[in-house]
Amino acid sequence: MSAAEQPMDARIEALLLQREIEAFYYREAELLDDRRFEEWLDLLTEDIVYFMPLRRNVKYGQHSEHENTRQGLDAAWFDEGKHTLTQRVAQIATGIHWAEEPLSRVRHLVTNVQVRDVDDAKPGMRELDVRSRFLVYRNRVEEETDIFVGQRTDRLRCEDGAWKVARREILLDQSTLLAKNLTVFF
Amino acid sequence: MTQRIEAAALVDREAGIIARDIFVNEEVYQQELKQVFGRAWLLVGHESQIPNPYDYFVSRMGEESVIMTRDKAGQIHVFLNTCPHRGMKVCRYDQGNARVFTCPYHAWSFSVDGNLTTKPGGLVGVPQYKAVYRDDLDKSKWGLVSVAQMTIYKGSIWASWDPDAPDFETYLGDMKFYLDAVLDHRDGRPGGSEVIGGIQKWKVPSNWKFGAENFIGDLYHITSHRSVDMVSIGPSGQGRRDAPTGDKANRKPPPPFGSIGFPNHGHGLIGTLPFYAEPDYIPSFTLTPEVEEYYREVYHRRVENLGDKARGLAPVGTIFPNCSFHGMQPRALFTWHPNGPREMEMWKWYLVDADAPAEVKNVLRHYYLRYAGPAGLTEQDDMENWNYATAASAGAEAGRYPYNYQMGLGYEEPAPDLKNAVFTGPVTEQNQRIFYGRWAEFMDADGWADLHPGDSGNFAALMARRKS
Ligand code: FES
Ligand SMILES: [Fe+2]
Repeated sequence: MSAAEQPMDARIEALLLQREIEAFYYREAELLDDRRFEEWLDLLTEDIVYFMPLRRNVKYGQHSEHENTRQGLDAAWFDEGKHTLTQRVAQIATGIHWAEEPLSRVRHLVTNVQVRDVDDAKPGMRELDVRSRFLVYRNRVEEETDIFVGQRTDRLRCEDGAWKVARREILLDQSTLLAKNLTVFF
Repeated sequence: MTQRIEAAALVDREAGIIARDIFVNEEVYQQELKQVFGRAWLLVGHESQIPNPYDYFVSRMGEESVIMTRDKAGQIHVFLNTCPHRGMKVCRYDQGNARVFTCPYHAWSFSVDGNLTTKPGGLVGVPQYKAVYRDDLDKSKWGLVSVAQMTIYKGSIWASWDPDAPDFETYLGDMKFYLDAVLDHRDGRPGGSEVIGGIQKWKVPSNWKFGAENFIGDLYHITSHRSVDMVSIGPSGQGRRDAPTGDKANRKPPPPFGSIGFPNHGHGLIGTLPFYAEPDYIPSFTLTPEVEEYYREVYHRRVENLGDKARGLAPVGTIFPNCSFHGMQPRALFTWHPNGPREMEMWKWYLVDADAPAEVKNVLRHYYLRYAGPAGLTEQDDMENWNYATAASAGAEAGRYPYNYQMGLGYEEPAPDLKNAVFTGPVTEQNQRIFYGRWAEFMDADGWADLHPGDSGNFAALMARRKS
């Protein structure tokens, strides 16, 4: 059934959900770009899986199997939980984490937000699969500039009426990383 | 012949003074590609990356792309990844499985297997051979270029472009003892390590030598890592790693720990001298009982396997010129590939005991990733230093002022139980002087004959210059 054939209530509900999720991402980007990292951590569930695989150049037909390294098994750029993310934030706050001291200027642009699945299996704990695109611009010190473009596939969970990220798989569209470090959050 | 730059004039190892130019000068760089990277033994990869016939992994030697592959019989080959016809890269995948590499440009094809008439990498297919070459092309001369020498050492794969280079073990000298400490199973069995899938590769705006010299023995840069020590990413919840020889309060005197350098070869590390009995068990990875348990078990096997044989600890070091390692926590091999004087590409192979339980491998992997690489809380701060040190080396004014490498100069001690090696307290620039001294020799030599692979005499000369 195409969207236009759905009953009006369902269409309005989908629209509201879409706007709610977009607002969530804009708020998240705002916190990161405003360097309110501790508040950003509050948007992540305690059991979050935060994963950014390495990308490989492989032959046609082998992409699904070999293009990206595997979560939980292989090397990655990130494959961690909230504890390590919290340590990253704490490290920046020491004021002597030289890769982020002075702090970078970072902007997160989030687009192409698609709610792909709504899971109401656990009562009062709605979960969503949401895919989006990002462009993260980072400029620091005098002229260091990096542009990171890619895709995020999130599992969002509604906890106590608030959305949180329970899983984030980030595909960065680079194979050899063109930046010297990954001190920004995605 | 074009005039070479005289590197000995830029590197004064006796005075501990090194010109900034070696980090930024384009001519120095071009010369080192030929003189250093064209002659030395370079790390190419690890056997566990290509377990089956025809598996391949595309690696690098210096600036250039190479294909590391395995033929039908299991024999490993390393080819220059460029077509002899017009240069096109014959393989632009990072890894895969192929019996034949077919060039995308005019479709010359090259076989991994040799046979009676062709060498491995030989040209086996030329489109329209009869019509356009009139059957008149000596195919045997136009295969993929092979490295001059290749060796597999406990799973790690090394190659050299120079047929005159000494064999790999001679090239290592007694540094071999420490490469063993990196590659051997934690229970003391020879070899037994494997690479975790996926090689991190990233570009850093730094001359490659800043990385190599940091890893050869810079224990002076504690300030750089203070922030990570404060947030404690270590496997037991403290600092960034478990202390390599345990916590001071409850242990027997640990084996002597410091900077160990090989002046004849250019290698060096921070680690222990050889020791002959396993010290008391020191718990590690105490945040994860199953891993602590694994290392406890491994400790007992190690006591048994090694008996009173020599063993060493090698937390960090560099094998001249551009392979470094972490030998304990984390555990990895890496290369500093030159990408022009002001840029390098770092590649990282993370290592684990091949037969460790999956859960142990997983915990190690987590720890390695939070420590190392471009997202690693520790290494991010290293790259920051090398980035800005490189940029500042180019200043027209700054360039007139060389760098100071005088720490510990004249106080090098001969290392007991190691051949032609020096050993000084942990914090010294002895190993950096050894590295750049050897680098300058490579830069100025006409060939391996000038480099005296057996004994360059550097060790004796260094001992003769001692002040103590
Ligand atoms: S360049 Fe490879 S066949 Fe012509
Ligand atoms: Fe460091």
